[in-house]
Amino acid sequence: MSARVIHLQDVRFRWPGQEVDLLHIPDLVVNKGEHLFIQGPSGSGKTTLLNLLTGINLANSGSVTMLDTPLESLSSTRRDQFRADHLGVIFQQFNLLPYLSLMENVQLPCGFSARKRNNAGDMRATAMRLLSHLSIPETLFNQSVSKLSVGQQQRTAVARALIGNPEIVIADEPTSALDSANRNRFMELLFQETEEQGSTLVFVSHDQQIAEQFSHVVDLNQINQSQFNQPQFNQMGYELS
Amino acid sequence: MILLRIVLKSAWHRRTSLLLTILSIAISVSLLLGVDKIRKEAKNSFINTISKTDLIVGARSGPTNLLLYSVFHIGNATNNVSWESYEDIASSEEVAWSVPISLGDSHRSFRVMGTNTDYFTYYQYGQGQTLNFAQGQAFTDVYDAVIGADVAQALDYQLGSEIIIAHGLVSTDFAAHDDKPFSLTGILAKTGTPVDRTVLISLEGIEAIHVDWQGGARSGIELTAEQALKMDLQPKAITAFMIGLTNRINTFRLQRTITEYEEEPLMAIIPGATLAELWQTIAVFEQVLLVISGFVLIAGLLGMLTMLLSTLNERRREMAVLRAVGAHPYHILLLFVLETVFIVFIGYLLGMGILYLLLALTQSLLVESYGVNIAITPPDAQQWILFAAILLLSVLVSLVPGLIAYRRSLQDGLAIKV
Repeated sequence: MSARVIHLQDVRFRWPGQEVDLLHIPDLVVNKGEHLFIQGPSGSGKTTLLNLLTGINLANSGSVTMLDTPLESLSSTRRDQFRADHLGVIFQQFNLLPYLSLMENVQLPCGFSARKRNNAGDMRATAMRLLSHLSIPETLFNQSVSKLSVGQQQRTAVARALIGNPEIVIADEPTSALDSANRNRFMELLFQETEEQGSTLVFVSHDQQIAEQFSHVVDLNQINQSQFNQPQFNQMGYELS
Repeated sequence: MILLRIVLKSAWHRRTSLLLTILSIAISVSLLLGVDKIRKEAKNSFINTISKTDLIVGARSGPTNLLLYSVFHIGNATNNVSWESYEDIASSEEVAWSVPISLGDSHRSFRVMGTNTDYFTYYQYGQGQTLNFAQGQAFTDVYDAVIGADVAQALDYQLGSEIIIAHGLVSTDFAAHDDKPFSLTGILAKTGTPVDRTVLISLEGIEAIHVDWQGGARSGIELTAEQALKMDLQPKAITAFMIGLTNRINTFRLQRTITEYEEEPLMAIIPGATLAELWQTIAVFEQVLLVISGFVLIAGLLGMLTMLLSTLNERRREMAVLRAVGAHPYHILLLFVLETVFIVFIGYLLGMGILYLLLALTQSLLVESYGVNIAITPPDAQQWILFAAILLLSVLVSLVPGLIAYRRSLQDGLAIKV
C-alpha cells in the first residue's frame, strides 16, 4: 500500500439538475497516519466532500481514490461495504442509537463488517478497552445511552469509529456541541487513540482553535475551485444556505 | 442477524406505541377470524339440522315453506296430507322408512309435534347423530309426552310433570285441551336443532285431544280422557312425512312420482338441497359481516402505517448512524419490512390466541343457551392462506415508510437532518 491513503484528482460534483459544480477539487492528498484538518464555513461544501470520501455519493468526474481503491470503480453496495470495512465516522452529535447500550453501540460496526470483526478479536474486550481509554466510567458500559453527558456520548462515538482498526477516521465537527474543557479532552483522546491505531484522521470543522493542533490544515474555500459559492445566488435569484 | 437484533431492540425501545398497534391488529384479526368461524359453524349447524333424510313430503306449496314448517317449525302448513296418501307412498318399494309428523298445537309457546316412535330412530341431524334421551324414554301411552332440552330447561319440567296442550299456536285458556293432560316420560339431550324446542307426543295423542273438537272449537259432546281412548284414534291426516330410501339413486324418480301424485296435490323436497337454497338467501348478511370485519382489519393496518410514518422523522438520525457504520439503503428498507412483518405476525398470533381463549370460555355457554356447538379446531387451510395474505399485505404496507426512508437515506447520506 502506498503512503497515499486518500487521493482526490480533479473531482467535480453537482446534484442532478444543477448548472454549476458544487465542488471542484483539483488535487488533494492525505498520507498514512496524517491528521488532516479541513476548515470551511457552513455551505462551503463540507458535507458534500464527506459524502464523496465515504462513498455515499459519487463524483460526476475525476477520481476519489481511498486506500488505492478508486471509489467510482465500485458498485454502491461495494462502496457501502468499503465504508463498513475501512472507515470510522464521527458525527456532530446524535452518534448513538438510543435503544442500544454503550457496549452495543460501540460494537455496532462489527455487525456490518467481517473485517472489523476479525480485527477487533474479542469484541467485548476490545470495546471495553476502547471505552476505558476514552475515560468512560465502567459503570456506564451496559447502561442506556441516555445516561451519558454530551461529552461522554462523543467519546463513545470515537470508540465506535475506532473499533476494528479502520484505516481512516472521518470526523464531522465532532466538538461543536462540547464546551471548551470537554473539547480539549476530546481532541487529546482522539489524537492519542488514532495514533495508537495508526489511523489516518480527516477532521472537518470551522473551529480555528482546533486547527492549531493539526499539522496539515486545508481551507475548503481555497481548494474548492467551484464557482458556486462566489456569487451566493443561484439562477433563480434565491440565496442559498 | 445484526439487522434482526436492531429491529427487535428498536421495537422494544418504542414498545408502547408498538404494543398498541399489535393490539389493534390482534383485535381486528380475532374479529375477522371469529366472524369467519361463526359463519362456518352457523352454516354447518343450519345445514346439519336434518341429515340422512332423503325426502320430505307435504301438501303442495313452496319448497322453502315446507322445509320451514316441517323441520324448523316456523310457519304453518297450507294443507294436510291424507293418511291414505301417506300409507300409499310409504309402502312404495323404494321407501326404506318413513316417519309421519303432525303439527298445529302448542304448549306454552313451544310447538307440539305428533309423530310415532320411529322418529327417535330415524330422525338424524349433524353428521348422522340420532336423538338421545337425557332422562326417561319414548312415549308408549297415548297421553305420554317427550320434550326437547330447551323446553325442559325453560319450563323446569321433570319426568312425570303434567303437560296441558293448547289448541293452535296461541295459548289461551279457552282453547286448552285441559281435559286431557299429558305426562312427561322422556327428556331429550341437547341437539342444537329445533327439536330442542319441541314437545313430542304420539299421533294417537293428537287424535285423542281433538276427538271432541270440530273446526277449531269444542263440539257439543265432551269426552273424558278415558272415553277418548275407546274411540278410533287412527289419524285421518298428517302435516308432512319424512322418507328414507333404500337406494338414494331413486331420489329424483320418487320425488317426481310424488309431485305427479294424482289423488291429492303433494310435493317432495330434498332437505339438503332446500337447506342450501335457503342458506343462500341468508348468506348475504354473513358476507356483509365478513366484509365489515375485513375493513376493520384494513383500518388496523392503516393505523400501523400511520404509526410507522409518524416515527420516520425521529428515526432519521438512526438511519444516518446505520448508514455511517456501513448499512446499505436496502438495509434501511429491510428494517421497516422486518418491523412491520414482526408486528403483524405477533398481532395475528395474539388475535388467534384471543379468539381461541374466548371460544374456550364461551363454548359450554353457547351450547347450553343457544345449542350452537362451536368446535375448537386448528386453523383451516383458508385461515392459513389468510395469514399468509395478511403478512404479504403487511410487507406491501411496510414498503411505504420503507421506500421513503430508503430514498431519504440516499439523499441525506451521513448528514443528520433533524
